Amino acid sequence: MTTVIPVPQSLDDVTFEQLLERLAPLPPDEKVLIDARHARWASPYGLVGLLTIAQTREVRPTLTPPESDETLSYWSRTGFFRHAEELFELHGTVPRARPTAESSVLLEITSVAKSADVHDVVDRIQQRAQNILERELSIDAQASVRFVMTLSEVCQNVVEHAGRGGWVAVQTYRWQKRLGGRRVVQIAVSDAGIGFRRSLESTPGRALTDRWDDGMALEEAVIRGVSRFRDRGRGQGLAGARNFLGKWSGKLSVRSGTARIAIVPPWDDDAPLLEGLSPFPGAQVQITIPERVPERDEQRTGERAADRGRAATGSRRGVA
Amino acid sequence: MIRHIDLSSVLRRSVCDLYSNLVTRPTGAAVRTEIEHLLADTPGRTLTVIDFSHVGLLDYSCADEVVAKLLLRFASEAPPSDAYFVFRGMQEWHLDAIEAALVRYGLALVSERHDGLAQIIGNVGDDEQRAWDTVYRLGAADVATVAASLGADAPAAERLLIGLSERRLLVRLDEQYLALGHAG
Repeated sequence: MTTVIPVPQSLDDVTFEQLLERLAPLPPDEKVLIDARHARWASPYGLVGLLTIAQTREVRPTLTPPESDETLSYWSRTGFFRHAEELFELHGTVPRARPTAESSVLLEITSVAKSADVHDVVDRIQQRAQNILERELSIDAQASVRFVMTLSEVCQNVVEHAGRGGWVAVQTYRWQKRLGGRRVVQIAVSDAGIGFRRSLESTPGRALTDRWDDGMALEEAVIRGVSRFRDRGRGQGLAGARNFLGKWSGKLSVRSGTARIAIVPPWDDDAPLLEGLSPFPGAQVQITIPERVPERDEQRTGERAADRGRAATGSRRGVA
Repeated sequence: MIRHIDLSSVLRRSVCDLYSNLVTRPTGAAVRTEIEHLLADTPGRTLTVIDFSHVGLLDYSCADEVVAKLLLRFASEAPPSDAYFVFRGMQEWHLDAIEAALVRYGLALVSERHDGLAQIIGNVGDDEQRAWDTVYRLGAADVATVAASLGADAPAAERLLIGLSERRLLVRLDEQYLALGHAG
């Protein structure tokens, strides 16, 4: 028996939950058909999420691609089908991706399984990120570098903690309904590995509390910078990402197991912690950075100066 | 002896010929190991200039592996050798990652800025900073000079100077303390 799982018309981190709700009651060895015929739009999170779904199934699932030529072309440009054809039985033919000079795809969907893949991601995106983020999102060159640092760290989480490979994608696009139609850049990283809770549980001698669950594991890792490694230097990656996103009004959300945690900027009304979601292996990370606008920029410059002042209590760059 | 280590060259030699970015922990660990091998070849007191000039990106994990863990070893109670470090060519984004790593361990380092002046980066108390500034301004100073400059008593000034030399931020030569990265 094959169960058909329809892909919503608009597939993003919110509507992706609909897919997981339908998958949750199915045994992993049940054949599923992911029906994307009516899909018209997908965020990077949605696309890497679809690949991750396939990775979790014991029986190779089937995928029917979008019917819309425009959607099909876009999914192809993201590199989705290159990975999908290894994981799904694809119904019908899909177009071959052609490289285009003008594209909102900052980084095509790229598999991340080892340290060298992170180098590859960083090398490929570096120059392109600087050009596009400055031109389209008014994010200056120095911030673009920090953006790539953040990307590097979230990719490393897959290599170091997931126990199996995942995917990353980066894309800019214009939000039609939110933030007054501003452009945003989004990073999505997804894996079907062991997830945050099991990763932290693997710490030798770790005492688990009564409330220990996916939500608490996410709080520990994302908010408190706790890592399964005892090394004091661990946990800096997500802390650095949070710091960068705070300065640029960015949003970070991390889903793992049955919970999702978010660092919510003022422009968004998402819940900081969602629990009791449909179970899904591994971890799914989304980072959203909105286009910079002048008045916010002035405010941020003031905040940066205040940060420098505050830095004297912990760290300093004193000049004699 | 003064040694110059171009981190970009070390990266290419020890990890991959094609890399120009210091990212990922395994890369950082490989680069640090190579630096430690180079230092092991040189007995006695050494000053090593670690040059970031040709390094593109440095992420937090790599900063922890290359910089913090290197300093942690040499600023410990039993360092493998009497090695001191000055860091050169660091961009703002390098500093972000390095500062975050240093603060975690309570470490600090001497960085040479692009204008040639030196500064301390990391976890440094106000009194330590003032003592270091005094020695840096003078190039070298003894306890009495630093105590007079700080308006502190001699034992307090001496504690600061010994602490700074143990942290590898000043070099002790008999009764004198020498600033690292002194331009004058």
